[in-house]
Amino acid sequence: MNLFVERAGFLSSVQDLGRTGFRQFGVSTSGALDRFALRVANLLVGNDEGAAGLEIALGGLHLRFQDERIVAWCGGEFDVHIGSLALPAGHIAYVQSGGELKFGRAQFGCRCWLAISGGIDVPIVLRSRSTDLRANFGGMEGRALHDGDQLPLGKFRRSQTAATEYISSWTAPNEWGSPAARDPILRFTRGADWNRFNDVTIQRFTTQAFSVSPDSDRMGVRFDGPELKRKDKSDLISEAVAPGTIQVPPNGKPILLLGDCQTIGGYPKIAHVITASLGVAAQLRAGDGVRFSEVSLEEAHRLLLERERDLDRFRVGLSLQRS
Amino acid sequence: MEIIPLGDSALVVRVREQFEDAPEETLDEVLSVFRLLQRAAIPGVIELAPAYTSVAVFFNPVAVLKANGTANGVFEKLAKRIRSAIIPASRRHRRRTIAGRPRSIEIPVCYDPEFGFDLDRVAEHTKLSEREIVNLHSRAEYRVACIGFVPGFPFLAGLPKNLATPRRDVPRKEIPSGSVGIGGVQTGIYPLRSPGGWNLIGRTPLRLFDPIKNPPTLLCPGDRVRFRVITREEFESLNV
Repeated sequence: MNLFVERAGFLSSVQDLGRTGFRQFGVSTSGALDRFALRVANLLVGNDEGAAGLEIALGGLHLRFQDERIVAWCGGEFDVHIGSLALPAGHIAYVQSGGELKFGRAQFGCRCWLAISGGIDVPIVLRSRSTDLRANFGGMEGRALHDGDQLPLGKFRRSQTAATEYISSWTAPNEWGSPAARDPILRFTRGADWNRFNDVTIQRFTTQAFSVSPDSDRMGVRFDGPELKRKDKSDLISEAVAPGTIQVPPNGKPILLLGDCQTIGGYPKIAHVITASLGVAAQLRAGDGVRFSEVSLEEAHRLLLERERDLDRFRVGLSLQRS
Repeated sequence: MEIIPLGDSALVVRVREQFEDAPEETLDEVLSVFRLLQRAAIPGVIELAPAYTSVAVFFNPVAVLKANGTANGVFEKLAKRIRSAIIPASRRHRRRTIAGRPRSIEIPVCYDPEFGFDLDRVAEHTKLSEREIVNLHSRAEYRVACIGFVPGFPFLAGLPKNLATPRRDVPRKEIPSGSVGIGGVQTGIYPLRSPGGWNLIGRTPLRLFDPIKNPPTLLCPGDRVRFRVITREEFESLNV
């Protein structure tokens, strides 16, 4: 059964939890920029957490369903409608065959993730269904969605959910459904090259606001703001970078790397945004003001563990709801 | 050897401080560490990636915590497991056997000016003729120091010193796939159509990245590489 893309919107792509195991060959992670949001949306519709869904940037996506499906979305603030019914983030909804699902423009935040019962059944390439938009493989023919595309959907087992109402009252916690925040604070741990920056720079980095530049994309968020200066000018030997790494090129403007980033880099790494804050980073758009706040590695791990425990409880709650 | 966090879900094992002073030895040592960590299959470790002087270890902190049964010191516990897994690499005599004998791969390259957009620029900088550039470049032996930038892009160590040419000030927006270039003291091949700032001196008809193959790249870190000069006609016949 297919899903018809009536309008592809600004930038919509097929993503799952990303591609691992091929970094040694230079292959990026790709995947949903907020993996947690996609996991929650997938759990809501009764899928495996790692099923492929759609990442929708800035909205404008219109879909028509060939058969009945359960859907849920998480992410920024979007006006989403099934016919004339408004569908808030984190809610489980039923779309009948021939039904339409429309994402308006993002009111706030930048991206959201849509899960559809059965998942999007594009071929697995290098162990993932994620679209690698830079190397052009995976997902829908290695590219963003186009108007008129038909996406294959996996089998929908009706027992996947007990929802009989059009929109269930049972929801995900609010901060999971909509992690976007005004003037967000991104928590970070120190990078290997922290000590290569002078005191004034460290002071600036940890106290001042940085503005998101328009040339940001799935590879990275570029910032304008106070200049970050190194003490030395020596060339560094290229080594691994990862989603979350904040690197500082010679122009002194930091870049926060996201899921489509390359695997190695030679710019100094001042810091790393913690995994638990990457969902907030995925909501940044041009003009947003951002501050950075340091946490210890232990704190970063504790936050991650807490969130996993909450998700475990949520999973149990969902299965009780369905039984 | 140093182990440094790369955020909360990865770390870098820095095997050596320098690369250029002993590229062969450094690569063998880095690849030994890479292989030993592969074999160790440490719980919670997702993947490994070698680059020049280091090996990056990507892990799931929650899985590492569960494997250790406590909520504290994820990084220290993992670093300890890593250290004990790579002790054999510090025994010099075993290094080569662990790293394995590197594969030798020949890459046909057409150095026709039609493909080598920057041969004149390299000639001007190096004070060599285009013919000398081609001879030097195709007679040297290289090793893949790492793969990155885009999937399958090999950073090759071993460029004859007199061929070193700085990158272009303004990178090209689009470089054809298969283009062979010189960037500073390194040479490399663009596997995909992509932007780039290296000086282009030729092109190979071989496909360096194919996502439906496993492994998906023609070259792997550590491989020995030689370039074979081919004519425009051979290029066409190999370019299928």
